[in-house]
Amino acid sequence: MAESMRDIKRRINSFQNMKQITKAFEMVSAAKLRRAQEQVESGRPYASKIREVIASVAAGTQGVQHPMLTSRTVKKTGYLVITSDRGLAGGFNGNLLRTLVKTVADRHQSKDEYVIFVIGRKGLEFLKRRDYPVIGEVTGLSDSPKFSDIKQIASQAVGMYADEAYDELVLLYNEFINPVTQRPVEHRLLPLVDLKGKKGDEGAKTFYEYEPTAEEVLAELLPRYAETLIYSALLESKASEHGARMSAMGSATDNASDLIGNLTLQYNRARQAAITQELAEIVGGASAQE
Amino acid sequence: MSTMQLDIVTPERKVYSEEVEMVIARAAEGDIGILPNHAPFVSPLKITAVKVKKGGEESLVAVSGGFIEVSENKVTILAETAELPDEIDVERAEAAKKRAEERLSDEQNEEINFKRAQIALQKAMIRLQVGKNR
Repeated sequence: MAESMRDIKRRINSFQNMKQITKAFEMVSAAKLRRAQEQVESGRPYASKIREVIASVAAGTQGVQHPMLTSRTVKKTGYLVITSDRGLAGGFNGNLLRTLVKTVADRHQSKDEYVIFVIGRKGLEFLKRRDYPVIGEVTGLSDSPKFSDIKQIASQAVGMYADEAYDELVLLYNEFINPVTQRPVEHRLLPLVDLKGKKGDEGAKTFYEYEPTAEEVLAELLPRYAETLIYSALLESKASEHGARMSAMGSATDNASDLIGNLTLQYNRARQAAITQELAEIVGGASAQE
Repeated sequence: MSTMQLDIVTPERKVYSEEVEMVIARAAEGDIGILPNHAPFVSPLKITAVKVKKGGEESLVAVSGGFIEVSENKVTILAETAELPDEIDVERAEAAKKRAEERLSDEQNEEINFKRAQIALQKAMIRLQVGKNR
């Protein structure tokens, strides 16, 4: 008998408590995931409409130039990384940050060649501790973030591109594939090169009247579009976060169940052994008296 | 009477989606009124109370940081924020207005803060205008 019955009993109890907590966590995340998915959905019309208008402006007017549409030689890069504020979400933050570290190490020789914006406490702590050039941060976002929560960092990131502080802006976040799969992706946000390139530009069929002028409308719309893309990436990352947490907690619950099962078996064996021993002692004692 | 589809959309949600008879808003170059079958049109909007006429009744929607797009008898207003009258917290707007006014009267304020306060004041006033009109 490796452990006494009482010790085993105590361990079973503590695992049961843990299991209850992870189970509750899993259910909370499932509910939040549903809400986050709805938010992603409700943000779509805005993004697609603004894209449609920009595409038609770009296609309908010849020779409209805007710094956000033309690529420059890349001397410096801005990264915007979206992580979560809380942990307990499996590899959610770890995978993303590893991707970032790897990308940065592959592409740049020194820390002067890039700057990082970060959303989420986990990413901020990680990058600050390792002395990465973090120049903008947002933490403590709620589970259903509002556009105004990230408006400032988004317009800072877009504005610094416009001021030529860096020559491209790259978004790094966890793409939501389905509730149990998330994947870190890298998305080049600025310059907006793929806008014109989309096949058969649907917008070209409507010729708008612009007020005041096409250039000014474009100058107004492009930064806003870029900010919207950042916001939708954030919403998607939130959905991924809840998904990741849900599956992490789900497997924690399963592991707890396994452990409890094993321990219960051990407990019963120990109990049986104790009874057998007691019987043997009684029988032994009785036969000694004969 | 002929109507057109009006959608008011923010990054967070669809605020308004109805068949309406007329839309009046303050665009970058001055007020515009849009009737059904308007020519395709795009313009940024100022911080404004958009007036919507539907079934002979007028209602207001507070909009900031938006622009208007008209095509194929559909009007779309894309805005950073948009609120219907009954969604507006009048007390909060009142407080915001007061705060902005105080900042504006403080003359040592820097240029940037001054502009920010001005925008905040405009937003608050539009909200109040719309909010009291419910």
